[in-house]
Amino acid sequence: MSQPALLVLEDGRAFAGTSYGATGETFGEAVFTTGMTGYQETLTDPSYHRQIVTQTAPHIGNTGINDEDDESQKIWVAGYVVRDPARVPSNWRAKRSLDDQLKGQQIVGISGIDTRALTRHLRERGAMRAGISTEILDPAELLRKVLEQPPMVGADLASEVTTFEPYVVPAEGEKRFTVVALDLGIKTMTPKRMSERGIEVHVMPATTSLDEILAVNPDGIFMSNGPGDPETTEHPTTLLKELLQRGKPYFGICFGNQVFGRALGLGTFKLKYGHRGINQPVLDRATGKVEITAQNHGFAVDAPIDGALETPYGTAEVSHVSLNDNVVEGLKLTGKDGRLLAFSVQYHPEAAAGPHDSAYLFDRFVDLMEGRN
Amino acid sequence: MPRRTDIDSVLVIGSGPIVIGQACEFDYSGTQACRVLREEGFRVVLVNSNPATIMTDPEFADATYVEPITSEYVEKVIEKERPNALLATLGGQTALNAAIALHDNGVLEKYGVELIGASVDAIQRGENRESFKQIVEKLGAEVARSRICHTLDDVMGAADALGYPLVVRPSFTMGGVGSGMAYDEADLRRIAGAGLHASPTTEVLIEESILGWKEYELEVMRDKADNVVIICSIENVDPMGVHTGDSITVAPAMTLTDREYQVMRDLAIGIIREVGVDTGGCNIQFAVNPADGRLIVIEMNPRVSRSSALASKATGFPIAKIAAKVAIGYTLDEIPNDITRQTPASFEPTLDYVVVKVPRFAFEKFPAADATLTTHMKSVGEAMAIGRNYTEALQKALRSLEKPEARFSWAGQPASELEPLLEAIKTPQDGRLRIVMDAIRAGATPEQIFDATKIDPWFVDQLYLIHETALQVAAAPRLTPDVIKLAKRHGFSDLQLAEIRGLTEDVVRGVRQALGIRPVYKTVDTCAAEFKAETPYHYSSYDEESEVAPRTEPAVLILGSGPNRIGQGIEFDYSCVHASMALREAGYCTIMVNCNPETVSTDYDTSDRLYFEPLTCEDVLEIVYAELQAGPVAGVIVQLGGQTPLGLAQRLADAGVPIVGTSPEAIHLAEERGAFGKVLADAKLPAPKHGTALSAEEAHGVAEEIGFPVLVRPSYVLGGRGMEIVYSSAELSAALERLGGGQAFEHPVLIDRFLDDAVEIDVDGLFDGEELFLGGVMEHIEEAGVHSGDSSCALPPITLGNADIENIRRSTEAIARGVGVRGLLNVQYALAGDVLYVLEANPRASRTVPFVSKATATPLAKAAARVMLGATISELRAEGMLPATGDGGTLPPTTPIAVKEAVMPFNRFRTIDGRSVDTVLGPEMRSTGEVMGIDDTFGTAFAKSQAGASQPLPADGKVFVSVANRDKRHMIFPVKRLADLGFQIYATEGTADVLRRNGVEAVTVRKSSQGPGPNGEPTIVQMVQDGELNLIVNTPIGITQGGSPRIDGYEIRSAAVARNIPCITTVQGLAAAVQGIEAQRTGDIGVRSLQDWVPRIRGV
Repeated sequence: MSQPALLVLEDGRAFAGTSYGATGETFGEAVFTTGMTGYQETLTDPSYHRQIVTQTAPHIGNTGINDEDDESQKIWVAGYVVRDPARVPSNWRAKRSLDDQLKGQQIVGISGIDTRALTRHLRERGAMRAGISTEILDPAELLRKVLEQPPMVGADLASEVTTFEPYVVPAEGEKRFTVVALDLGIKTMTPKRMSERGIEVHVMPATTSLDEILAVNPDGIFMSNGPGDPETTEHPTTLLKELLQRGKPYFGICFGNQVFGRALGLGTFKLKYGHRGINQPVLDRATGKVEITAQNHGFAVDAPIDGALETPYGTAEVSHVSLNDNVVEGLKLTGKDGRLLAFSVQYHPEAAAGPHDSAYLFDRFVDLMEGRN
Repeated sequence: MPRRTDIDSVLVIGSGPIVIGQACEFDYSGTQACRVLREEGFRVVLVNSNPATIMTDPEFADATYVEPITSEYVEKVIEKERPNALLATLGGQTALNAAIALHDNGVLEKYGVELIGASVDAIQRGENRESFKQIVEKLGAEVARSRICHTLDDVMGAADALGYPLVVRPSFTMGGVGSGMAYDEADLRRIAGAGLHASPTTEVLIEESILGWKEYELEVMRDKADNVVIICSIENVDPMGVHTGDSITVAPAMTLTDREYQVMRDLAIGIIREVGVDTGGCNIQFAVNPADGRLIVIEMNPRVSRSSALASKATGFPIAKIAAKVAIGYTLDEIPNDITRQTPASFEPTLDYVVVKVPRFAFEKFPAADATLTTHMKSVGEAMAIGRNYTEALQKALRSLEKPEARFSWAGQPASELEPLLEAIKTPQDGRLRIVMDAIRAGATPEQIFDATKIDPWFVDQLYLIHETALQVAAAPRLTPDVIKLAKRHGFSDLQLAEIRGLTEDVVRGVRQALGIRPVYKTVDTCAAEFKAETPYHYSSYDEESEVAPRTEPAVLILGSGPNRIGQGIEFDYSCVHASMALREAGYCTIMVNCNPETVSTDYDTSDRLYFEPLTCEDVLEIVYAELQAGPVAGVIVQLGGQTPLGLAQRLADAGVPIVGTSPEAIHLAEERGAFGKVLADAKLPAPKHGTALSAEEAHGVAEEIGFPVLVRPSYVLGGRGMEIVYSSAELSAALERLGGGQAFEHPVLIDRFLDDAVEIDVDGLFDGEELFLGGVMEHIEEAGVHSGDSSCALPPITLGNADIENIRRSTEAIARGVGVRGLLNVQYALAGDVLYVLEANPRASRTVPFVSKATATPLAKAAARVMLGATISELRAEGMLPATGDGGTLPPTTPIAVKEAVMPFNRFRTIDGRSVDTVLGPEMRSTGEVMGIDDTFGTAFAKSQAGASQPLPADGKVFVSVANRDKRHMIFPVKRLADLGFQIYATEGTADVLRRNGVEAVTVRKSSQGPGPNGEPTIVQMVQDGELNLIVNTPIGITQGGSPRIDGYEIRSAAVARNIPCITTVQGLAAAVQGIEAQRTGDIGVRSLQDWVPRIRGV
């Protein structure tokens, strides 16, 4: 009943386990996420595109799969690594088992391996390419194929996850604003959080032109999370510069934070093993308050934590930092009068999965568009 | 925000004696708090009546008051010490109640003491049902819907609104009398009708039933800057209806989607803010309807709780320590995470393992008690286990209980009938999961299990997974590596595999080890390996990679005492912790092994390394093996953790493990009757006549020869389990029946001549092979026959002369030498006439070690640990660890008297028909904890001990006296003294006559069996129930157990428990009480810290 499977990392470390989900083989960047809940949201988060995701929580699949919690139309992870998959799902909303869902979407996974050993390895050596196979069980042979895969650095993946056609998420209740959300890998919960606040959200493809955006006459611009190396994102960066030049209020999440950083003239870099989990403490430098945040990023903005940076659009500052490792977790742009013009965070205030501590940022976006800042 | 500078001294209140529902977890939290406050430079003043705690060690506070936790005594401490602030959220409900009382009576205001952590308003908002309901509703959530009704019509209306099933709770009835569950209108009419009748206010609460819903808890932490984090989620395997302390619980929650979890998280944060707990930890409980996800908030505790201790151990996040830090002004982001040291405490721990907690019960001690688990907590302890998955953690937890019947077994044929098993598991009870497994073996379907238990289907499936694994083991042609690995992955012990395969445990272990299949040790690191852990807090798992670091210093493994139980609790943890402290200081790498999440020993700070593991031979051998790979091992200490590690000594030694201190052979010499008899004979020490029997017939022969009364008990037990005093051959037969039924016994039964009227003496000593250090000599207040753990005692002994003590010293030394003790030794003697009989000797740390250490200001357990590793007493004297001269037998006359009093759990248990269980003391230990009273004279110390045990002696009022014939002579003098002091004496006919003939006026009261008099004169039981009496003296006629208690006495005593009226059941206890009452009346009793007593104890 259980078919063997093999996981091999690009540095040669191999883990033999049991097939989970679909059989076959798959390749991607091996990363780990430490959330104890929310595997359904994780799997369907486009930011995990081309990544082989390890769940550090041992029991996965306990609540099955329901019809409400997907964060996009499909499962995006390239491969899935868990220790103890559930045999039966148990939740009043569950419609099917995770195993069936993975099989149905052809997601190759491996179970029964020492996921903690794998996590420690990735922590010490950094995220790296990996492969899972139920066909090649010889580590050396699978390693050869792993080494043929392209690395994550330099990967432009937005085009692979973005929507083909623009669509509109209507405002709940009275419509107050129109926002263009550039889909670089957007999650369902993000436009929902905006629509709850009276925002009509025009979700548009990553390749949308400036004119197409302006044609909607948006009150604000939003750029989403998404996979890949932010250094490759020429188009969104150029677009954002133009929009900032025009004084459009801007809010970015995750990849949208990195695009914002690049538009402001800052660099980005790859973190050793990234931040992936729903327990990440972030300090709001303006208030001194701590937010527990959901995070999923392998790259970060390279900016001086203290001090301001003059840009053609205003004064840029680091607004949020990670309390774990001082990585930039948010940026803000203010005008000469000190008024907020644009802001972004590296983490996920839409929080699916994850805590709701940062939901206030959507209110801040509303305030920004209202000119209350 | 840094530490507050406007306060410089803090009063910390502990939780007092160990009782059901409030155990060592508050020693753990209080110790952490004291440590933090002292590190931060505050003067720490501590009040805690429990001498067995680490927190009352003099080095943990600047002034340690082992005084009763009542507002009267705490006020005296405040008056003397003038602290600026009071921290009461770390000492359980006891400390919280004391703080509220001090607030209500104006003491805090009078002395300008600020309550830190949580304000009185917040505490009341959290604890008051109505205000809490409003808070929950304001946050858009629900509590269980209910209505208060005064008529049956009201009740029917409520039923229409709420729907069946319904819970009926009559108001103001004692112990839940008249409450019940109504499934339909007929039920409701019957139960609510009776309930309205039973309620003095004709009032019942009709509440929707949430029985069978899923139950969760969140542990929340908040700082002054309003940062709030969730430390841990806990899910109960047993659904709603069983107290969470009695439930099997799992961390993290296993069956919640993120959306459901986040709703709970938002509510928990909202509640702590609305209730207004400024800083610190609290816990919030939820129920979820499995059918539709409807969520109900059950309650919150605005303080650190038992669950907080569990959550701390489960996550590595030290809740009490952080709660203390935020209480003095730090914010969470300013506090480093101890385990990673790189990241701050302002985060939410994430687990890459599963934690299972299982309760340990003591129903065998209370055979008359109803063993059904309800919302009223009944367990006396718990074990926790960590595994990489649920099956591993669950099976480890079950074997940690040290009850063979707790673990799953596939021995024998499955039950042929399924129905009785399905019926049995409908009722929550101790060991229910085992019966569920038996039902699975007998062919039950998952649906049948769920229908009967409402245990979540995921948990049910995990039991099937375990069962299927067992079947695979059974079906395998031989024990292949794959089969062993599979079974180990799901937590099977070598013993279970042996049982399934019909092999011995040693053979399975041999095969497994020969195949190289051994556990690895992972680390509890708060962050699922995201950051490097600096703290070696380990657990085993059958996985791939081990994280035990190599070391160069020699290691000493200290085996702890496992789950608390009656007879083995915090006292043993105290000794283990002390050993760790002393040996760390002496340059050893100390390694603690224990599985009790409540304790200080399982704090990752206590030892250099911590293994949170079951204390079975297999688990300990594997740790020893892992540590031998890591570096040199000097030895294993089995002497300090009570019977649990002692019972492993021989098998560990047989496997080549170096045992330090008293050798297993010497342990056997003391435990085995014949061998010990020879030791005594060689030393010419008298012992009561005794014999050993392997069958009922032999037992009768032995008893005839010795002569009645005799004491009967099984060998190798702690806490007097199964011990009885029998006065006749018929009673002996009944006792043997209870010990094991049949004709032949599994372990020998010990039979001793019972010495009526002897003074019982308990001695703790330390022996290094040459010199004896007499730690302390304790004189029991109750006569021989009451278990030493339940008896109160005084130190220094109040009636023994120097000659007696020298005799005791000689005898103790002879025994220590004869047995071959290296370390601690406890001897029990009975002094009858001038003959000092040796009752028993235990070559290990005893329950009284912490009491003796505190009463004599000598760290006995620390010294013992050093002696076990080769230090001599004279070296320790030279070092200053032991006094330069003299010992506990040569205390100067200025030494204060310390009285130890036992605390009994009788009010926790009820019989099936709802009555209290009997309270008579006997040879089987039933107390859960102890307190110490210390003062210049015995009377004052005794009065303090009674107040500390929540049985304060009355200053005046009515005393009821009814004693057995044999006690009548002894009671005359003390009762006369009470009458002289102005007490009104009430007595039953026989006792009243004796008193009158001796010049004591006594009002005759009707016995319960006589019924009320013609003019409505109440019986004694009615008087007790009406709260008319202030003190009850009732000695039982003979002492029997399990048989039918003398009904009158039983009814009086149980009514006294229900009304919490002090009830004395021995004449010696009465004499002591009279001295206590006199002391209370002659003057204002003062308070004094242990630090202040030291010069008096040292005679300087």
